Amino acid sequence: MSVETDERGAAGPLEPDHEAHQHSHPSDRSYIMVGLILAVITAAEVSTYFFEDLSTTALVISLVPMMIAKFAIVCGWFMHLRFDNPLFKRVFVFGLLLAVTVYLIVLTAMDFWSSGYGT
Amino acid sequence: MTDTAFAPHETDPALHDKGVPSHDTSTGVSNEKLAMWVFLGSDCLLFGGLISTYLLLRHRFVVGPGPEDVFDIPFTSVSSFVLLFSSLTMALAVGAIHRGDERRSRTFLLTTALLGAVFIAGQVYEFTAFVKEGLGYTTNIFGSAFYTLTGFHGVHVSVGIILLLSLVVMSVRGNLGPERAETVEIFGLYWHFVDIVWILIFTIVYLIP
Repeated sequence: MSVETDERGAAGPLEPDHEAHQHSHPSDRSYIMVGLILAVITAAEVSTYFFEDLSTTALVISLVPMMIAKFAIVCGWFMHLRFDNPLFKRVFVFGLLLAVTVYLIVLTAMDFWSSGYGT
Repeated sequence: MTDTAFAPHETDPALHDKGVPSHDTSTGVSNEKLAMWVFLGSDCLLFGGLISTYLLLRHRFVVGPGPEDVFDIPFTSVSSFVLLFSSLTMALAVGAIHRGDERRSRTFLLTTALLGAVFIAGQVYEFTAFVKEGLGYTTNIFGSAFYTLTGFHGVHVSVGIILLLSLVVMSVRGNLGPERAETVEIFGLYWHFVDIVWILIFTIVYLIP
């Protein structure tokens, strides 16, 4: 998807920093397109609820990639990680990866992945 | 700024071409924005812990209703769309303030707060319905884990609404011009984070049995 940045003039003079920054923001139209894509993915997620004969494995295989895609789109576009200073991305991804690693270890240690867990 | 300051724009001139602004700080970026990202990174650990706990405990109960007995997926789906839409309006508010369009930004901020309030109202309704079906906070371990996880998220949304309304008040008073666009952007980061946490909760807690 191409980035359509908004370079329209602002009402009144802006600081140089601010002026440079606004050029790195997607336009409203791009935001709305991203919102529509997110809505379509969410609709696809919800639709799995109506397929009653889907196994848990099939649900996980179909839902987790959609969840990750939505997560990445919101982080990249709405939170501007695609366009902003890479330092912000590093800080956030560090926290995220730390959380994922720590809790995957916890779930594994608690035998969560075994087929008989919780029954 | 110290002598040993790290300035990304000096080491990576491409950042100028990408329109990334430089700041007069030791990192070359806004301290406030960096602080928000550090907070959000650490909040991943909080919600990671709550989600993991829920996953470990949700089927380990012997009394009371379980997830399949109480969840109303169509209703929660509507709530998810509402929160998702609020993320879009927040992004539009940030875009508007960066262009200097204060009126439009104020409208989108207020819309975002209202959508957040609708989400919270939905959560209160959902909790009330669950309690009526016999799932209290201490009924079973599933209830405790579920209410703790979604309750923490609800508190985050509520704090976000307060922050948004404070921005609206600042804007009405004329204290939220384009020169303070970064403030709106930082609050926006918080709001989008609340949305991505719900993206995880909706899939992991509600949709995957």
